[in-house]
Amino acid sequence: MELPNINKRQIENLLEKGKRLDGRKPFDYRDITIEKNISKNAEGSARVKIGKTDVIVGVKLATQEPYPDHEDEGTMTTNMEYSPASGSRYESGPPKMDSVETARVVDRGIRESGFIDWKKLCIEPGKKVWSVSIDIYSINDDGNILDASAIGAMAALKLTRFPEYDKETESVKFGEFTDTPLPLTEKTPFSMTFYKVGNNLLVDPNRDEEDAAEARLTLAISKPSKDHIINAMQKGGITPLTGEELKKIVEQAEKVYEHVYPEIEKQLKKK
Amino acid sequence: MTYTKRTDGRKFDELRPIRAEVGIIPNADGSALFAHGDTLAIAAVYGPKPLHPQHLQKPDRGIIRANYNMLPFSVTERARPGPSRRSKEISMITENALSSIVDLTRFPGTVIDVEIMILQANASTRCAGINAAAMALAHAGVVMKEMVASVSIGKIDDKICTDITKEEEDHHEGEGATDIPFTLTSRGNMVSHLQLDGKIPAKRLIEAYEAAVAACKKINKYQERALKGEKINENE
Amino acid sequence: MDNEEENTQTDDKKERKLVIPGETIVSAQDHLPGDFTRNDNGEIVATRYGLAETNGRIVKVIPISGVFEPRRGNTVIGRVMDINFSGWNIDIGGPYTAFLPLMECPRFIDRDNLAEFAKLGDVLSLKTYGIKKGSIDLTLKSRGLGRLDGGRLIQINPHKVPRVIGKEGSMISLIKNSTNTEITVGQNGYVWIKGDDAGEGKAEAAIKLIEQESASEGLTEKVEKFLGNKMKKINLEETQESTE
Repeated sequence: MELPNINKRQIENLLEKGKRLDGRKPFDYRDITIEKNISKNAEGSARVKIGKTDVIVGVKLATQEPYPDHEDEGTMTTNMEYSPASGSRYESGPPKMDSVETARVVDRGIRESGFIDWKKLCIEPGKKVWSVSIDIYSINDDGNILDASAIGAMAALKLTRFPEYDKETESVKFGEFTDTPLPLTEKTPFSMTFYKVGNNLLVDPNRDEEDAAEARLTLAISKPSKDHIINAMQKGGITPLTGEELKKIVEQAEKVYEHVYPEIEKQLKKK
Repeated sequence: MTYTKRTDGRKFDELRPIRAEVGIIPNADGSALFAHGDTLAIAAVYGPKPLHPQHLQKPDRGIIRANYNMLPFSVTERARPGPSRRSKEISMITENALSSIVDLTRFPGTVIDVEIMILQANASTRCAGINAAAMALAHAGVVMKEMVASVSIGKIDDKICTDITKEEEDHHEGEGATDIPFTLTSRGNMVSHLQLDGKIPAKRLIEAYEAAVAACKKINKYQERALKGEKINENE
Repeated sequence: MDNEEENTQTDDKKERKLVIPGETIVSAQDHLPGDFTRNDNGEIVATRYGLAETNGRIVKVIPISGVFEPRRGNTVIGRVMDINFSGWNIDIGGPYTAFLPLMECPRFIDRDNLAEFAKLGDVLSLKTYGIKKGSIDLTLKSRGLGRLDGGRLIQINPHKVPRVIGKEGSMISLIKNSTNTEITVGQNGYVWIKGDDAGEGKAEAAIKLIEQESASEGLTEKVEKFLGNKMKKINLEETQESTE
């Protein structure tokens, strides 16, 4: 059933008082768990759960010719699908606007942050470079698939290992893995999306809260040294954001980063 | 007589380690996970629900709509996302296999959507998909005469093997490899899906069927245990 | 001891076994196939995932999962999906679409402004009266039905509704009284709760608790403990208790 008006009003009224139906505060995330390397044939993969939201991300590596204006840099493409398995509102068919936007927002956050050292993906300038393909699939939609996708992509990239490359035949030996990770920098982007519900802001909505939201702003934040850097942004939804709201978002973004990102790092580090 | 021992050391009638679990997708009316060794499938069922557009509706019965989707990173070389001719064919045989046991006259004009995702592939993906889908249908409270179980029987060189791997599929020596996926009903061992890719002397087909009967009986037991609440993971 | 929760129909404690489709429950020699079973070769076999129960000679399966299947005279809660010139298309879940015709509304409604009575996204409590092939007709012509304003709508497994209501409404009354809320339970698994924030939250949690623990022993005790209140006994021989 689509969100009833009375539930939308409930969510808005509670938020006015700084409360949410599940007891969280407006800028609290649900529990985030990351399952590592869930798909053995992928060069890197992760399954991210935020509350009941469940997303799976796989990274595949291959080689190709570089783009003419980036002759010594590797390439990356990001693909995302809202699987019909994840909710009755999703039907089979070609990727719709939602999935294209989500893929591009995730892509931009990673690309612009400098997380991947593109030059180190070069095999032979002008001739051959590594290409990174990120594929994101939602498994269960309880809101905020956007952030789960971005976190999943970041985790999968961190877990990616190169396949064997035969220099003689200049071919990849798919299925044979090395221990060499992707050339990543410390500019890890953490993606967070702020949603506007009524006249208030929150993060990590569940499905009902996301349906009640009229606008959103995604930020990809990294912290290479002591300052928080915004690497990418995307506003979605019809309702505009006020200048005040923008200010509040940026303030909160730094707090959310400090609160949530270390938890994610911890999960990725442990066995 | 080149294939005297299986590449992974299993007995000829032995299944790979099984993973089986239900309820993995909270939004779905029914959901399940099933794995044969490294081949991992999940299935979600939504319905019965109204079927739109109306011209697809059947006046006296509902339909099952299955969508088999192999994720791009599930295989060694990335597969292009989206439907392919192969996935469309597998979706169809899955629909047929499941339709044979479901009472579709119960809700005319409706659809039961079955979404299958292959997360990791090492042969027998369609079988893992059907096994997961059957569990998900039961979990969703769909009225079914019985269950179905699916397994890939192979003739590798001259040996009938249960639950073949990709490596076995690629066996070239001797008589090569023949892949025969079966889906059998749980009570009568009736064949609700059957394909063959390769060559087999007509006289030996029944041997393959018999191997499938034995394997499907075991698979059905795993399905039952998972539906009764167990989280089975023989891979651990 | 209170064994109300074991069976909402009779007081006998019955053996219930979880079965899957195709599973043999018992031999057909002394038994007859009831709901969701069939006779296959002299055996009573389940045709649905659920709890097999033997009642004298009849063996049936009680569903524990699956979409809501409407029957005539069910009270349901639905959300307005669409409005046309003669009524409202209502989403009540389940396999079929449902329709509330203008003429099934008890009071005068401006034919040119149906949305004034119920607009897109509004929820109503209704009764099913016509189950045609593929669509259900709804009515508001019965006491207690109508648009639901304020409060919140939650969703539970429709098969747990009898437990949430309890014998003669005892369970739902317990929740209402302990949380000071108005509650309407739809047979289709949608439950409307209205009170203050804390009361609504507690009532919702109590209902979710029942949904989760419905199969276990001592459900009433668990709920009473959670609410800090005791259920009113219907049996006249026992003293009525109300605590806290």
